[in-house]
Amino acid sequence: MYPDNLYYSKDHEWLRLEGEEAVVGITDFAQKQLGDIIYVDLPQPGKVLEAHQTVGSVESVKSVSDVYSPVSGEVVAVNSELSQSPDLINKDPHGQGWIVRLKIKDKAEVNNLMKAAEYEKYLEGLEH
Amino acid sequence: MINVIREPLIFEISSPGKSGVRLPALDVPEKLDVLDGLAIRSDLEGFPEVSETEITRHFTRLSQMNYCVDFGFYPLGSCTMKYNPKVNEKVAALPGLSGVHPLAPEKLAQGNLELMKTLEKLLCEITGLDAVSLQPAAGAHGELTGMMLIRAYHQAHGNPRKYVLIPDSAHGTNPSSAHICGYVVKEIKSNEKGTISLEDLAREMTEEVAALMVTNPNTLGVFESDICQIAEIVHARGGFVYMDGANLNALAGVTRPGDMKVDVLHLNLHKTFSTPHGGGGPGSGPVAVRKVLEPYLPVPVIEEKDGQYHLNYNRPQSIGRVKSFYGQFLVMLKALAYLLALGPAGLREMTEIAVLNSNYIRHSLKDVYHLKYDSPTLHECVFSDKFQKDFGVSNLDISKRLLDYGLHPPTMSFPLIVHGALMIEPTETESRRDLDLFIEAMKAIDREARENPELLRTAPHITYVRRLDEVQAARNPVLRWEKK
Repeated sequence: MYPDNLYYSKDHEWLRLEGEEAVVGITDFAQKQLGDIIYVDLPQPGKVLEAHQTVGSVESVKSVSDVYSPVSGEVVAVNSELSQSPDLINKDPHGQGWIVRLKIKDKAEVNNLMKAAEYEKYLEGLEH
Repeated sequence: MINVIREPLIFEISSPGKSGVRLPALDVPEKLDVLDGLAIRSDLEGFPEVSETEITRHFTRLSQMNYCVDFGFYPLGSCTMKYNPKVNEKVAALPGLSGVHPLAPEKLAQGNLELMKTLEKLLCEITGLDAVSLQPAAGAHGELTGMMLIRAYHQAHGNPRKYVLIPDSAHGTNPSSAHICGYVVKEIKSNEKGTISLEDLAREMTEEVAALMVTNPNTLGVFESDICQIAEIVHARGGFVYMDGANLNALAGVTRPGDMKVDVLHLNLHKTFSTPHGGGGPGSGPVAVRKVLEPYLPVPVIEEKDGQYHLNYNRPQSIGRVKSFYGQFLVMLKALAYLLALGPAGLREMTEIAVLNSNYIRHSLKDVYHLKYDSPTLHECVFSDKFQKDFGVSNLDISKRLLDYGLHPPTMSFPLIVHGALMIEPTETESRRDLDLFIEAMKAIDREARENPELLRTAPHITYVRRLDEVQAARNPVLRWEKK
């Protein structure tokens, strides 16, 4: 169920490589845990992030959670659609619900992330 | 089932010309340009006009839709929704106390200052710390004040430092308070017992860490039994231990944060010490500190000399004012009346019963609802919906169904480290009978989850309003009536 072309973090972010850039969002598991999302706090383009640094936050009817950058890089674009329709993350977490686009600093960092099968196994270990 | 009629808004029952009282005809000339018209509002189109009967019934009906501690059991975990004796309200309403003007000269307010000083001394004794400021207006304000004291100390010693460590089982306001105070928050993960891991703490505790903020017992209701070692690790690197004292009804009269090497603590006089909680305030969040932080306390500080009380504003190292005037005086009075009525033995009993009640519920429900952490708990316990999830029933459905049983639901989905959390804090004011009513309802709901899950997913059924659209309410809140 998790797309093979994405990389996954332990904090439940996904990353899709597009040349020197990466698109980042939160996984289907994360959006299900959060429940209905009502607000997304997006960074300013140009913001430089280390891996695991907070890139923004997602607020649901239940709670507010930070979103961490899976790799180091610079924010080149944000999904401004989310300001009007934060529920895109619920509806299409791995597609239209993307959160930021980063210019990657060091591509090798992507190797620290999980592939789909590995992530699914990781989730099984987490279920309650 | 009662057939509930929707209560209209007061604007909707208005009709022109109606009024609750009939005033006698004017016997002086009518004057419309009062204060040059400045005080006359013109934006109140649709001001309701209703009779006395209508307005009495309207507000009585609204009050009956409310659920409150005076009505029944309110196990909202982390919130300490206990019953507060009405006599304390009477005390706070005594004319000599409630009527004193905040700008009255010190010599005319000696009694008031004495009461505040007495409360400070009692809170020092309860917390095992050296000095108290009664200024902060409520819990999170107390946290911020406490963090400002820590920052002021570090600043005065050359480096305000950069980080504050907070375990993931802390109260949700802790990270905000540290952040507002200019610190970067680093989270410490809980171990399998639901407490702070000493190894993780030792690794993160550097000389750039200003403080550890710890909630003890934490939001799982688990006592940090390593608290003394935790404090030693933090102190060894020159940091302070800030304790969130909002859960003090699990400790008061039995053990003291000061004896656990805690340096700063805030208390919630509302909730723990007899001011109704959750009514929109006011609260009161005094901060207790160790001697070394005393010079930084907010002004004014109450000083006592030869039986006279004096408000000292001249404290060069103070962080300054945090609140207008002297804090929430009437809340302090309720706390003082409560403490004096209980005495040391009564305070201890308050705590013991809070812990006993929570453990009675935990024990009675532990086979029916899942307990993620099986460490012993104090004044609250956290179940999850794991067993009921198999039938497609979530913690939200369980909570909504409790409303049909005439009970207030527990805190839901918090703490975040327990998925599908149901956080139950019965408090010390509930009788065995009330606890049993809740336990039986929770057992019945579990049976319903297995036999008729749809009943839960569509609950509540007999409340004034059914399930609300939380998403719509959060995204597009309608906060004000508008004439159509």
